[in-house]
Amino acid sequence: MSRVTLVTLQVLVAVVSVVLWHVLTSYPIFGRTILPPFFFSNPFDVGKQIVAWFASGVIWKHLYVTLIEATLAFVIGSIGGIIVGFWFARQPRTAAVFDPYVKMANALPRVVLAPIFTLWLGLGIWSKVALGVTLVFFIVFFNVYQGIKEVSPTVLANARMLGMNERQLMRHVYWPSALSWMFSSLHTSVGFAVVGAVVGEYLGAAAGLGYLIQQAEGVFDVAGVFAGMFVLAAFVIVIDMLVTVVEKRLLVWRPNAGDARP
Amino acid sequence: MTAATMATGAAAVALTGVDVAFRLADGGVFRAVHDASLSVADGEFVAIVGPTGCGKSTLLNIAAGLLPPAAGSAEIFGARLAGLNLQAGYLFQADSLFPWKTALENVAIGLEVAGVPQADARARAKDWLGKVGLGAFGDRYPHMLSGGQRKRVGLAQVLIRDPKILLMDEPFGPLDAQTRQIMGNLLLDLWSADRKAVLFVTHDLEEAIALSDRVVIMSAGPSSRIIGDWRVTLPRPRDISEVKLDPAFLDLHREIWTMLKDEVVKGYTQAESK
Repeated sequence: MSRVTLVTLQVLVAVVSVVLWHVLTSYPIFGRTILPPFFFSNPFDVGKQIVAWFASGVIWKHLYVTLIEATLAFVIGSIGGIIVGFWFARQPRTAAVFDPYVKMANALPRVVLAPIFTLWLGLGIWSKVALGVTLVFFIVFFNVYQGIKEVSPTVLANARMLGMNERQLMRHVYWPSALSWMFSSLHTSVGFAVVGAVVGEYLGAAAGLGYLIQQAEGVFDVAGVFAGMFVLAAFVIVIDMLVTVVEKRLLVWRPNAGDARP
Repeated sequence: MTAATMATGAAAVALTGVDVAFRLADGGVFRAVHDASLSVADGEFVAIVGPTGCGKSTLLNIAAGLLPPAAGSAEIFGARLAGLNLQAGYLFQADSLFPWKTALENVAIGLEVAGVPQADARARAKDWLGKVGLGAFGDRYPHMLSGGQRKRVGLAQVLIRDPKILLMDEPFGPLDAQTRQIMGNLLLDLWSADRKAVLFVTHDLEEAIALSDRVVIMSAGPSSRIIGDWRVTLPRPRDISEVKLDPAFLDLHREIWTMLKDEVVKGYTQAESK
């Protein structure tokens, strides 16, 4: 399928969905409207709301807050995950001792922590950052841990025979391997950072996309809820595209990532 | 029979009465190699041939210091080996290049970790890539290279450190027949420049005779021993495809093969009865 055809079809899906949404909410079929506008709004109202947000500029503040929260959650969670991942992978005894607690903490639905974080850290950005960190940390941690454990024994033996000491092994073997695993989960961890921020805002905040959606919902402004969702979706797609660019640059050495096989 | 081929001075590698044992999951002990003695003189090219699973690679790991022997000793130039044998370069059977480094970086790394300034190391790596015929491939990552090209990079990676001993574990095993011949000739070319001691493990008897000064045969495992030691007196420099047509080559091949054949059959039946 050529690129043009693909994009055309992708756009077509959006157009058909919106038209369908519009028809089903605005025109009675056999005497009744299938999607009542009260619950489903309609594309024009939602579009109007989005335009109004951007025209008045209020949306930028909320986008900015969500972006800051997600970025902080990603950075802090990643650094924590890398440090603990390295530590556990190099100290199997520590890893064995903490193993049940790590599993327990990871199995815990993170949303239940949100009220605690709000109590501890207040309604500002840090309670949302904390929620995002608990999500990002485990993804990065597991990947870094795995990345170090999965270093090919032959590559490791080769590195030793080439005269590398522990510090050089860390820099030339363990670190790149761990990073490659971490980067391969970049989409997931960045996605979770955004989830943490938005869910945190939804549960109690003064700004952010989650807050915007929650506010609209509070006054039964369905158009506002949908508008918030669309802005959030666009926001996530933009971030995801950025991640793809970064990933392509960082993992050029990987088969399929660079696609440069002659 | 372990013909001592002591040249003047201490042997580059001398294994004496080496036993190798592995602890099994069920608590038992698997003895892979029993009472193996082997010496490689400085500048000598020795090939170890044996059926699959006979512990050839294990013996190589002992000489590299990657594995301690359960009994017996390993001496390198007369000094007892403790820890890694850093005078040796090891070419592995499996892919051992760093996938996150380009060919050039892979070759240069051995010098860089030894403290050679990066620019200097890279310049020398470039020379070495040229020597193995990959001058134009320095910026490729391993996955962009063919199996044979990866082996060339591996060879340069090991030789750039100028090790006194070269340990090779079926390095050309995964390659096709033509590439193997080309790689064999390349190896002989590079080796003839400064004649390092080489311990070359292979299951291919033809390759062993064509390359080496001595062919050592190991029995089928477990508890495999060294059961034969032949001197190869074919003149050098050799071309692998031509030397295989030499009548002396064919005689020697026939002679060794009669012994090896029994061991190969034994090796198979043991593998099947497991």
